[in-house]
Amino acid sequence: MFFESIAFLLGTTLMYATPLIYTSLGGTISENSGVVNIGLEGIMFMGAFIGAAIGYYTHNGWIGFLAAGVVGGLFGLLHAVACISFTANQVVSGIAINFLGPGFALLLSRLMFDGAAMTLPLPLDEKISRPLNGVFEQNSFFDMIFNRYSTVYLAFFLVLLVWFVLYKTKLGLRIRSVGEHPEAAATLGISVYKIRYMSVIASGVLAGFGGAAVSIAIVSQFRVTLISGQGFIALAAMIFGKWKPQGAMWACLLFGLAQAIVVFMPRTGIEVSSQLLSMLPYVMTLVLLVIFVGKSVAPSADGKIYEKN
Amino acid sequence: MKKRTSNSALGLTLISIILGLLVGAVILILIGYNPIKAYIVMFEGIFGSAKNFSWTIIYATPLILTGLSVAFAFKTGLFNIGAEGQFIVGSLTAALVGYYVHMPALLHVPFVLICSITAGSLWGSIAGYLKAKYGVNEVISTIMLNWIALYLNNFLVLNEKIKRPGSEATNKVLDSAKIIFFDTWKRSPEGQVFKKAHPFFNDILRTPANAGFLIAIVAAVVILLILNKTTLGYSLKAVGFNRDAAEFGGINIKSNTISAMAIAGGLSGLAGAVQILGFTREASALAAMEGYGFEGISVALIGANNPIGCILAGLFYGSLKYGGSKIQSKIGAPYEIISIIMGTIVLFIAMPKLIKMMKLTKKKEAE
Repeated sequence: MFFESIAFLLGTTLMYATPLIYTSLGGTISENSGVVNIGLEGIMFMGAFIGAAIGYYTHNGWIGFLAAGVVGGLFGLLHAVACISFTANQVVSGIAINFLGPGFALLLSRLMFDGAAMTLPLPLDEKISRPLNGVFEQNSFFDMIFNRYSTVYLAFFLVLLVWFVLYKTKLGLRIRSVGEHPEAAATLGISVYKIRYMSVIASGVLAGFGGAAVSIAIVSQFRVTLISGQGFIALAAMIFGKWKPQGAMWACLLFGLAQAIVVFMPRTGIEVSSQLLSMLPYVMTLVLLVIFVGKSVAPSADGKIYEKN
Repeated sequence: MKKRTSNSALGLTLISIILGLLVGAVILILIGYNPIKAYIVMFEGIFGSAKNFSWTIIYATPLILTGLSVAFAFKTGLFNIGAEGQFIVGSLTAALVGYYVHMPALLHVPFVLICSITAGSLWGSIAGYLKAKYGVNEVISTIMLNWIALYLNNFLVLNEKIKRPGSEATNKVLDSAKIIFFDTWKRSPEGQVFKKAHPFFNDILRTPANAGFLIAIVAAVVILLILNKTTLGYSLKAVGFNRDAAEFGGINIKSNTISAMAIAGGLSGLAGAVQILGFTREASALAAMEGYGFEGISVALIGANNPIGCILAGLFYGSLKYGGSKIQSKIGAPYEIISIIMGTIVLFIAMPKLIKMMKLTKKKEAE
């Protein structure tokens, strides 16, 4: 019973942390290049819809997942055009995207699904694959933890990839240099605009993935209340994670655990209001911010407008 | 010089609004609706009758107040994304105080308003305190406080001792706490007779027309006075204008941050109270954010952070929201087009550079 509970908690943690990991990796890339993207929430919303809708019509969860990334990238492009080329206030542009993402998602949903603000569910065998299904004995300890959809493993692979790119490649050095000191980077011949465009578009792609990871892996359809604040949680995770991909991952796992506890509590028979438990991740964010924020430092040009003379 | 800058801000806002409506029109065409028809339906939905116009004002009222809240914080260099949570806390307080506390009518309403303002104010000052004391960015803390407020609301509203049996809401507030115009009278026999004899008033009284709009206007004027006529307003604006210079000039940034967030929170709390006392009369469990706070951000941006601008922008947004519901019911066009129009307007307002460039190319073409 004890081990079963542990396995359930760990497995559920992985599941709920996954969408947050994609999205906060997006935030990490964008902010390392110096652009704040609080539109991640709206992009996740759109990604969740596109993933579920395209998955439903193509009978293939993977195509849905990729489509969500593409559409997310388009929203990233919009944010990039506004913030980089037209020097918009980055927070305001993000807020606009938080209107546009849900607006377009619900509009398209009503057109594609007979006026409904939700998609029809994907049949189980058309969702994306579960690579470790059958490797472990069914409902055994390891099966309960690791028998997850591929999106979970892809997320962790991307953490490694983003870490490698940011810290071990020339491109990563460029991304970080335009986020720290764009003027200096420009004098070294780096195109600040190009690097920032790329980074912001990547953040959109990843947030699109993050949304789809909810709508086609955790559940099988898109609903209005599906994302409800996860984009913002991912943003907070990035800040705890001190703007580093591995840090963001750990923070996302912590939020995933908080969510897993919410799901787990009723099983224990201990009566705690689910409403109070749902507050946990947000309260935790505030407490951890108070404890850690003094020590974490954002890229110094983060959120600042850069204009080429 | 000053006049010219405010003129150009107004110009940018108007161009952004026009562009937003144009984008809305293009999307309506793409999805197979006649945009002219849709906008006519919307226009009639707003101004077509005394009843519709009254509804428009009811929709606009909370938006004016959350807009003021965001605008006030903006003036002091703070980004209040937490109007949503402060609104929830204010409305919850109003629903509880309006039902559990028994008071004579003349005192009950001001008492509820003060309680809600205080609750919203405290909620806002948490973010102010965290920023002043620990340097926590208010954008993140207010977003978290929004969700905490939402679950706190649901926790209390769904509590067996508080909720109205068979519902997911609190008990309706007492008659003494309502601010709906002539609420008991209009249902009385004399009221019925009067309404039959005066179709115009009947039209208005059929809606929950209430004193909220007047409260919002008073609040806007008070904020205008605080900003322009008081030392507090001066130091708040100085901090917003140039933090370092203000600090050098001897202004205490930390206490300023807390009081700015407290005032902003109080305004959103008041918005919540007005919505309960004037319209819904109960606080309900929320499945998702209702959006008054986020819409308040748009109102503040469209109103150029000016209190009077917020009244106009709130009326504009309220019109779109109420008129938008008409295009859904009358011609079946999706209501979400309103979010898209608003998002587009906000995006264009964020990009004055783009609009200036468009103006320049226009001039060049003219030459």
